[in-house]
Amino acid sequence: MKVGFFPGCSLEGSSREYNESLQAIAPALGLELCEVPDWNCCGATAAHTLNHKLALALPARILALAEQAGFTDLLVPCSACLVRLASTREELRQNEALRREISAVIELPYTGTTRVLSVLDMLLTCARDGLKDRVRQPFAHKVACYYGCYLTRPARLAPCRRTEDPQEMEELMRAVGAEPIDWAFKVECCGAGLSVSRLETVAELSGRILADAAERGAEAIVVACPMCHTNLDLRRAAIVRRRGTNWSLPVLYVSQVIGLALGLKERALGLHRHHVPVRFPAAATRQAMEVGAGPSASDGNGAAQREG
Amino acid sequence: MSHPLPSTQAPATLADRVAQATGESVFRCYQCGKCAAGCPLAAEMDYEPNQILRLLQLSLPGMEEEVLGSLAIWLCLTCETCAARCPQEVDLPRIMDYLRQESLRTGQAHPKAKDILAFHQAFLESIRKNGRLHEVGLISSYKLKTGHLLQDVGVAPKLLVRGKLSLLPHGIADRGQIARIFDKCANTPTTKEKGAAQ
Repeated sequence: MKVGFFPGCSLEGSSREYNESLQAIAPALGLELCEVPDWNCCGATAAHTLNHKLALALPARILALAEQAGFTDLLVPCSACLVRLASTREELRQNEALRREISAVIELPYTGTTRVLSVLDMLLTCARDGLKDRVRQPFAHKVACYYGCYLTRPARLAPCRRTEDPQEMEELMRAVGAEPIDWAFKVECCGAGLSVSRLETVAELSGRILADAAERGAEAIVVACPMCHTNLDLRRAAIVRRRGTNWSLPVLYVSQVIGLALGLKERALGLHRHHVPVRFPAAATRQAMEVGAGPSASDGNGAAQREG
Repeated sequence: MSHPLPSTQAPATLADRVAQATGESVFRCYQCGKCAAGCPLAAEMDYEPNQILRLLQLSLPGMEEEVLGSLAIWLCLTCETCAARCPQEVDLPRIMDYLRQESLRTGQAHPKAKDILAFHQAFLESIRKNGRLHEVGLISSYKLKTGHLLQDVGVAPKLLVRGKLSLLPHGIADRGQIARIFDKCANTPTTKEKGAAQ
């Protein structure tokens, strides 16, 4: 199946492993990702913070180009881009005069026929369509499914149905053999756009997320947003400095977890690009204890403790 | 400057202008405080989100300046938690966007918002030039604007080793069109550099 694809700027730079892993799993899932020709940046937080009209025009150009290319659906893997595109589409649908005005600004016809699709939307369709049968190496780890902001909010635009306790990623994770944990920070904000201009704020907010996931026994955090990944992975040193706890749990994109389960190579999925190495010491420790300690270590699950 | 005497035709309050620009009425808020309770940055704000709305509701002399000069409006991350939980369905993030733009337009941005503002401006300049964000260019330009020259110098080599830094921008073909879009949207001063000068 052909699907329109808008990678967004992060996926060309600091989050290129998200792009690589999506490209790697697409053929296995029967998907052909067709990039929007000559796409531009969505404007992100900067545009909507400083200039409302620009915050509509930049996403509108992307949507207009997607329309021109004949895409009915446009896959937008970055949650921040996703919300910019979805809210532009909504505002221009409700305001005909504004639609005409923005169409003139971008010098392209814009009708709003192309729909935007999140990675969760797309992968869930695949999951319900027999992803389980293609799993070659179940991802047998405890995972904290982290949604952050824009996969659940604003509720009217978001791909997830339950705003405060979404379950879409959990369903995906179960389909590939993982065990999602129950935890309290799955829809909390990581600090997102303040990663450069206010790093201490980000270290605090992301630190709370990491602490809860670790304390509840997660072996990995699974994300579907480049900003969440950057703050939890690349900013780990700042988090550790602020919180004084040296957490080693890795942060994986949902597409990387699915790729691993499909039996794809780590390198093809870009795991080597992470700042926090993708290793599972808890599982190793558990195995070692089970093997080494004999009959007394029958409480296999209880041994999944993490060193502080 | 003295405050003008009340006239028969009261000038539009900031709350009126918010309503006109965003369609949101601040008077729907009944101060339950759910927005502040869920806001990840409320603790760092000078006014909590519901207090911003209260200042707008009252609009007594000096209050509008307090709002436009607050740090709170710049700390807001647009995480949308407040809007998701508001029993009155006030779209506070949308209001915050408008307040930031007004704050900038009227030159009242809080001095401590300087870095945040510099980042947003560097971001937009990068897009204007290349059509897409060039992360290296963004960070260099941010450093020059803020003087934080040594920030994140440790991060760059890590990114480089992992193949995540592209030294040259991925420019798009139709950069002229992007520049024209910026020009046509320029009625709100997006690049008003000195807006936050102390």
